[in-house]
Amino acid sequence: MNLAEYKGVFVFAQQVDNEVSGIALELIGKGKDLANDLGTEVTAVLVGSDVKALADELAAYGADKVIVVDDPELKEYRTEPYAHALASVIEKYKPEIFLVGATAIGRDLGPRVSARIHTGLTADCTQLEIGDFPINPIPGKEQLHNQLLMTRPAFGGNTIATIACPNFRPQMATVRPGVMQKLPKDESKKAVIEEFNPGFTPDNKYVEILKVVKSVVDTVDIMDAKILVSGGRGVGSAENFKLLDDLAEVLGATVSCSRAVVDAGWKPKDLQVGQTGKTVRPNVYFAIGISGAIQHLAGMEESDVIIAINRDETAPIFDVADYGIVGDLNKILPALTEKLKAEIAAK
Amino acid sequence: MKIVVCIKQVPDTKGGVKFNPDGTLDRGAMLTIMNPDDKAGLEAALRLKDQYGAEVTVITMGLPKAEEVLREAMAMGADKGILVTDRVLGGADTWATSQTLAGAIRNLEYDLIITGRQAIDGDTAQVGPQISEHLGIPVISYAQKIEVEGDSVIVERQYDDRYHVLKAKMPCLVTALAELNEPRYMTPGGIFDAYNAEITVWGRADLKDVDDSNLGLKGSPTQIAKASDKVRKGAGEKVTLDPTESVDYIIGKLKEKHVI
Repeated sequence: MNLAEYKGVFVFAQQVDNEVSGIALELIGKGKDLANDLGTEVTAVLVGSDVKALADELAAYGADKVIVVDDPELKEYRTEPYAHALASVIEKYKPEIFLVGATAIGRDLGPRVSARIHTGLTADCTQLEIGDFPINPIPGKEQLHNQLLMTRPAFGGNTIATIACPNFRPQMATVRPGVMQKLPKDESKKAVIEEFNPGFTPDNKYVEILKVVKSVVDTVDIMDAKILVSGGRGVGSAENFKLLDDLAEVLGATVSCSRAVVDAGWKPKDLQVGQTGKTVRPNVYFAIGISGAIQHLAGMEESDVIIAINRDETAPIFDVADYGIVGDLNKILPALTEKLKAEIAAK
Repeated sequence: MKIVVCIKQVPDTKGGVKFNPDGTLDRGAMLTIMNPDDKAGLEAALRLKDQYGAEVTVITMGLPKAEEVLREAMAMGADKGILVTDRVLGGADTWATSQTLAGAIRNLEYDLIITGRQAIDGDTAQVGPQISEHLGIPVISYAQKIEVEGDSVIVERQYDDRYHVLKAKMPCLVTALAELNEPRYMTPGGIFDAYNAEITVWGRADLKDVDDSNLGLKGSPTQIAKASDKVRKGAGEKVTLDPTESVDYIIGKLKEKHVI
């Protein structure tokens, strides 16, 4: 492998139902940063069926170039044709960095592609930067420059590791949604658009989609919320989430929850914060009746202000809360909602 | 039907996480368990065995101590256990781990391979799909339901806002979510048998069609530049007040932070 042949930062521009996913824009934003450091460009790889029209949106958010792989076989996500699309793009264009969202799609697609082209893949990164490897010079070992340093939490968020991929290209990472910032939209920005179709011939690795069952609930994206009112097992019942809904309404906030709540069937999975849910970092995070398992903390501890209400004064949530109130949520929440209403009305 | 289930012994992070006074992780104080997603995968295999009859082989890669999870799996009902252990396999990233497991699985007959979606220590979710790629078979990740119909598997594949019902011809690899099922307990008879059962132990020489350059630390494309236990930012204030005072306290803080 001639590493010097590999140039440019590529990102997988995930779309679902021909709508660009937020993570695609976040990756373009981060990709642009990395590309600037390397003196190169960021290319978005758009894969799907009839998706070419989405290229302008990717350009408006900062993509210098968009490679469109458009084929009827790519209408719904399936591992094999998508892996074939990305592996073929990598083979042809030889990027030095390839970023994929750590979504339910990307965490299937990334490993399959990296295994096909034989390179390393670092999962669920929360920080990416260009730097030296080894980070500090080691006598007798060449220090390589302009390497992608990929930082990720492991162990349910209790350890962090920075990983490099010095001898293989592209350097691949999946990136946790909600962590990187997208650039402001600028409609005047245009990208070079190139179409590429490597050919798709179904083989044993193609699976058949018998049915697509969409969640019927109207989904709000908790990752976009400025204020989250998040409830845990301590809320007690699905009905009792009314207390959180009322508070959220007064504050213009969104309701989210912990895994226990999803497991109990009180709330749908897309509202779940944590290691197996979503990573959020709102301005204010209310943790209500949430004990604070590390898997939960991993998904919310970067919030600007954390306010926790819990009856159990030993709950681990208090270890990360800026303001912890030991008390009964059933008494505090209604009173808080009423008083806030009055405060806001008085303004 | 022949089913191979890949399982991993992991430190128990659920409830059992211990910290040193400096905020770093006290690994020595933590117990080990069978990785939850893997256990759900094993349970799914055992249910297929109950329903259709199948031979279930569990395989793990790790230190000799990892034999414990194989015995646990056999006490639950798995038929055979294979431990892949060798010094030269240590320090493997997901590429080298998947190469190792694929090399071991090539020795076996299989219709279905089940792995957990991800292990709670590394959380990468990469090894299952990578094994399938090395073996040239289809993969279905994030399974919330697995059924067999003739020579195919029918799987509910979870996404954020939907699921797909997928059909794949076997052989196929499926990665299981912990929410797939409630794993059974070991039976006393099963435990007794499992502790007397023979575990097959394989080393480097037993792996089929794998080059040395793809194994262990040296065969790992990714390398650790820096690792540290995360030191949490630490607690802020904690107060115990009556409800009215609590409300005033919260509103005071919201004002201070210009939220309202």
